[in-house]
Amino acid sequence: MRQFFDSLVFAAVLVAIWQGLHWFAGDIAIASPGVTAERAMVLLGSPSFWGHFRETFSALGYALAIAVLGGMTIGLVLGLHRLSGEVAEPILVSLYSLPKITLYPLILLIFGLGMSAKVAFGAIHGIIPVAIFTMGAVKTIAPVYFKTARVLQLSRRQLVATVVIPAAIPELVSGLRVGFSLTLLGVLIGEMFASQRGLGFLVMNAIGTLDVPTMMAVVLLLALVAVMISAGLLYLDRRLHHRVA
Amino acid sequence: MSGSVVDMAAAQRGRGFAREPKPGGDMAEVHAELTGVKRVYPGADGGSVHALGPVDLKLARGEFYSVVGPSGCGKSTLLDVLAGLSAPTEGSILFEGREVAGRVPPGIGVVFQEDASFPWLTVQDNIAFGLRRAGTDAAEVDRRVSYAIGFMGLKDFRKAYPAQLSGGMRQRVCIARTLVMQPRLILLDEPFGALDAQTRLLMGDELLKLWRETGATVMLITHALDEAAMLSDRIGVMSARPGRLIADIRTEWPRERDSRIAAEESFGAITSRLWGLLRDETVKAAGMSGSSR
Amino acid sequence: MKRATWIRTLVVIGFVLLLEGLCRWGVIGRMTMIPPSEMADQLWKLLQSGRYNGHIFETLGNVAVAFVSAVVGGFVIGSILHSLPRARRAIDPFLATYYAIPFFAFYPLLVVIFGLNAAPIILIGFLFGVVAMIINTMNGLDRIPRVLIKTARVNGLGPLRTAWLIKLPSAAPQLFTGIKLAIAYSFIGVIAAEFIMSTSGLGYSIAYAFNNFDNRTMYALMLFIITLVTIVNAFFHVWERRIMARRGQ
Repeated sequence: MRQFFDSLVFAAVLVAIWQGLHWFAGDIAIASPGVTAERAMVLLGSPSFWGHFRETFSALGYALAIAVLGGMTIGLVLGLHRLSGEVAEPILVSLYSLPKITLYPLILLIFGLGMSAKVAFGAIHGIIPVAIFTMGAVKTIAPVYFKTARVLQLSRRQLVATVVIPAAIPELVSGLRVGFSLTLLGVLIGEMFASQRGLGFLVMNAIGTLDVPTMMAVVLLLALVAVMISAGLLYLDRRLHHRVA
Repeated sequence: MSGSVVDMAAAQRGRGFAREPKPGGDMAEVHAELTGVKRVYPGADGGSVHALGPVDLKLARGEFYSVVGPSGCGKSTLLDVLAGLSAPTEGSILFEGREVAGRVPPGIGVVFQEDASFPWLTVQDNIAFGLRRAGTDAAEVDRRVSYAIGFMGLKDFRKAYPAQLSGGMRQRVCIARTLVMQPRLILLDEPFGALDAQTRLLMGDELLKLWRETGATVMLITHALDEAAMLSDRIGVMSARPGRLIADIRTEWPRERDSRIAAEESFGAITSRLWGLLRDETVKAAGMSGSSR
Repeated sequence: MKRATWIRTLVVIGFVLLLEGLCRWGVIGRMTMIPPSEMADQLWKLLQSGRYNGHIFETLGNVAVAFVSAVVGGFVIGSILHSLPRARRAIDPFLATYYAIPFFAFYPLLVVIFGLNAAPIILIGFLFGVVAMIINTMNGLDRIPRVLIKTARVNGLGPLRTAWLIKLPSAAPQLFTGIKLAIAYSFIGVIAAEFIMSTSGLGYSIAYAFNNFDNRTMYALMLFIITLVTIVNAFFHVWERRIMARRGQ
């Protein structure tokens, strides 16, 4: 309870800093928290905002599905086959730290403008962290579980379905959390400069028309939704890890 | 430990672990046989490590056999090879007359030193795990699991998760999970190594009851001399690496026995004999691990 | 070399050759991608001509500033938070969900505040990297075995010497993780910011080449960034391995 109160205090401090910046930088640069909140309410009441919202989050949904299914499959295979894992891990880590935005032109050249490019861009951001986390999770499963599976005559499929995946679940959720954040980032970057729809486009459009309150309101709403989803995953994450400890 | 009272009558009626009428202590029948078994594995720097053997060993059906030896001598390798968890480099292993070659044959159960309970399953689901994967029908699974839960004194923890249990309780779960598969040969790799001394004594008693109840052949790997002396019919002493069996000691305990035999005179005699045999090997092993190869 | 290293090298070479073949046989059209050999050739020409040196140094400078400030700032903030458990518990939920916030959406805002210069770019790189460093610093400090701190006290070390001789080396593995993430995130943040809205730097140059259908320059610069980041990563990887090998890990 005290912790929750402390967190609220911290949130209030952040809002206060925001207000301070507003006074410091003026209306043209930063809208005040009050004005931003007002504009956010207006946006929430407008159907066109929800259209953009749906666009962004359906792209995110597809991209995340690709990233999670693909990443987990890659991670499982690499985690279970030791040599492949050793070969692939440095490559995956390099890919992870690559500024994937440089690949954006390539994606556009392949997919053209529109939904598929956004989905592809989101997916390439998310798939690698999910693969890395999954591989790490599978590799750190206690060897005694594999021995137990052999003694109990488990088939390969049974091993994966009833031992490997349940054992790796807590780490998989951590990977999903990171994957979610990066996939959203990828989708938004995609929208920011190669789309006529979606929240990323809305931000860029507001910049173009110097509509600072709208820009900040969209960013604020985005951040709130993202933080809420992430907090949900975090809660799940902590519960699962707690169970093991 | 009220739950651990042995339900002998139930066992007789075929409700327990034993598959068939208990073997009448026919110690002559060979249950598992190792001939000239050697295991060499590649070392970290391109060389090879000679971990085990050559070992020759016969386990009679229904006997309680223990292996003691200095740490790193290859005891666990011996168990792995016999269980089919790893293949021997040389030699042959027969279990019930059939060759074991790097595959775990049905009828062998293994309990490991490490906690192998699955943290994502409740106690009863952990115990039922192997049976369900084998496609045993639900009624049979329930019957065997309830029995094992009663036998291992886990009644109050049916629905608990391993994280809520002590180390000793978790090891009981693993033993129960092995038992419900009705193994005819049970291999235990320092199963009580991580437990405190008093718990170990109690677990030893449980193990003896379970051995009598199931009529299974038991091979116990341990570094605790008193544990080996107290539990076994026969004790094999292993040398420092590469592990070889350098002595074979019969205890001549009655089948009905428990930890109280530790007070007997011959118990002291057996442990001191074991230590006499092992002292030099332990010094060798310690020296070896000091120079790391 | 280890077997895995050999295979990895072969895999990478094989992949490049495959791309080369696909491009040359026309499976991948020239409008989509040029063969890797041409990318390398073009990159060599660009580097020799020195036309992009300004952009390259600018980007590297921005990355360096963002990286160093993220590591130093993250370490200081992480250490302070570690010593203030109540503040840490309050801030923890914010740190844990921090990376869910789509930063680049803030970037245009920063441009409005600071103007179209290096400051918002560096700030994005810093913001991206600093929290990874904070989190890993705290993790590292959490994991220092209590017995080592007791040993320090038994040996009469003061707080500063304890920090320098015991805490820092003991937390090194996690600090390293933080540093590696900080370098990767600084690169990502800086180049992405340049890409979105800037008038110079490598990210800008790629976007510019793309908009002007100059695929050769675009791919040459992409190759440059990929190679550069890979080399920097490999350097940190080897360094980390050396330190960890001594500890038997």
